[in-house]
Parts: sequence; C-alpha cells; structure tokens
Amino acid sequence: MRIGVLCSRIRAEEKLLFSELERRGLMFEKIDDREQIFDLHQREYPFDVVLERAIQHSRALYMLKILNDAGVPTVNSYRVALTCGDKFLTTQALVHAEVPTPACLLAFTPESALEAMEQLGYPVVLKPVIGSWGRMVSKINDRDAAEAILEHRDVLGNYQHSIFYIQEYVDKPGRDIRSFVVGDECIAAIYRTSDHWITNTARGGVASNCPVSPELAELSIRAAQAVGGGVVAIDLLETRDGRMLVNEVNYTMEFRNSIETTGVDIPARMIDYLVAVGQGR
Amino acid sequence: MIATCPECAAEITLPDDTMESEIIVCPECGAELEVISLEPPTLALAPEVEEDWGE
Repeated sequence: MRIGVLCSRIRAEEKLLFSELERRGLMFEKIDDREQIFDLHQREYPFDVVLERAIQHSRALYMLKILNDAGVPTVNSYRVALTCGDKFLTTQALVHAEVPTPACLLAFTPESALEAMEQLGYPVVLKPVIGSWGRMVSKINDRDAAEAILEHRDVLGNYQHSIFYIQEYVDKPGRDIRSFVVGDECIAAIYRTSDHWITNTARGGVASNCPVSPELAELSIRAAQAVGGGVVAIDLLETRDGRMLVNEVNYTMEFRNSIETTGVDIPARMIDYLVAVGQGR
Repeated sequence: MIATCPECAAEITLPDDTMESEIIVCPECGAELEVISLEPPTLALAPEVEEDWGE
C-alpha cells in the first residue's frame, strides 16, 4: 500500500504514528508541506491513502483539496478539515445535524457584537473562528470587558478578527470531556481538569480517564458524522443540569496524554482505520 | 548524537529515536529548537506558532 503522511513539525503524536506504521512494516512517504511545490495541473498522485498530520490549518486544507480532487482518499478528508478548522462551520454542521451545542451568535462589527453579547448575557466566550489550543479565546464577564476587547480586536486584528463568534459560557464542573472517534466508534475519552476555565491540555489541563458511557459514545459519533466522519476528537461540556454539549471537533487530533490515561492504543486504532480507507473499505 | 543549541551554544545530547523536524527544548536556555538535520545533528530555532496552527 502506498501511504503518504502530510506533516511538517513532528510532534509526539507523529512519532507514535510513524512507529506504528513501522511496527506493521508499512512503508510511508513523509510529505513536508514546507518543501512541496504542487503543480495544480497534476491530476494524479501516487498514493492509496494519505494521513494528514500538518500543524498548519491553511496548508492542510489546500493539500487535502489537491489530493481529494485527484481521487486520493485522505484521513481526514478536505470536507472534514474545512468544517472542523472553522468554528463557525463546525457550529453550523452541529446545529443542522441537531447535535446539542452551546448557544452561539455571529456578528461582523464591534457594535453588533456588543449587542449580541448583551443579548446572550454575560459571561460570554469570544473565539477566533480559526485557531486552536485555546489561543485568543476570551471569557468576557461584563460590558466594560466586552468594549475593551472588541476595540482591540477591531484595531489590532486582521479581517478574521472582525468575525465575532460569540458563545454562551457554560458553567462546567472544572473539567471538560474529550472523546476520540475513529470511524463509527468512540474508542476512548478523557476528562481535562483545570482550575482555569480553559481546560486544554496544551494549556495545563490534566487528563484522566473518562468512561465511555453509551450517551457519550452516541453523542460523539453523531458529532463526528455531522462534520463528515473520519478520525476526530470531540470536545464536550457538561452542564450543571446534567446535559452534554458538543463544543468543538478537532480533525488533526493530539492524543499523547490519552494513551496511558485510557489504556487505549489510539495510534494503532488510527492506523487500522487508515489502512481500511487505503484498501477502499 | 550531540548537537549545539543555536541560541546559547549548549551541547545537547539527542535521544537515539530523534527524527528530522522534531521539536526539542534546550535544557539550558529553554529555547524551542527544531531538528533540521540528523547527519550531522543540527538544530535551528523553531518557528513561532502561527495563528492557524493547532489540531
């Protein structure tokens, strides 16, 4: 099988995936986005399947589009990357698939964004539509803070920062849940616990095992299907009244803190899926 | 494998399973470094995180 791996920076996850490929004797070609020149008239690529592990969303999107248009299946697909890489598109996909997700408003000017925040009621969460690891995600507790941050975004930001994606603040119990979906199965989940309201493990959140209840599995799989399926990590918030809301879906999932925590060999499950896609299954 | 930190000139021992494009942190100065070559072992300052980086 001809396997390609889109990547640039090699994180712990990429090393684990490469090791798993090597353990199985599967040859693969690393495609470093920093070294590639793509001839846009080329319509064939010599791969049966390509695993996307690029760290940069814009490059991942373009490379996946090129490969998918040439008929090369990718994990994940261009459509999944497009939807998950933009929080607005993720929310649209979840809402239209009737997957529970926090209340969310979109506005395009500081004035209308302020009005949207007042409508939603403080605190609210303002997020850039593109970005990861909790960067530039702001919890806004009152109108003074709202006015300050909106002015900064308006003056200092690029056009992306004039897209105001405003989400209800969910008063979660000091943790959120990250579940891992591979194909049509929720293979594992972790709690991410932090004293800070941002619980990303990249920001100091501590991982512990979260049992995969039927409810969690069902909701995670529905969220994955809403964005187009594949191999994705779902971030979920628990409400005080016992509901679960899907917050975000990640398409190049990081899992280094979740293998020992859950006892699930996540890279092995990912490679199983990659091989199945490469075999046309 | 031993490489030199381009920031503080410390000599850094790289583990045997080190790969090209991997990111390491200099134990002496804390700089984030990218392994740009294994033969010979060569390090460069890692690129700054950009807005669309992530998972």
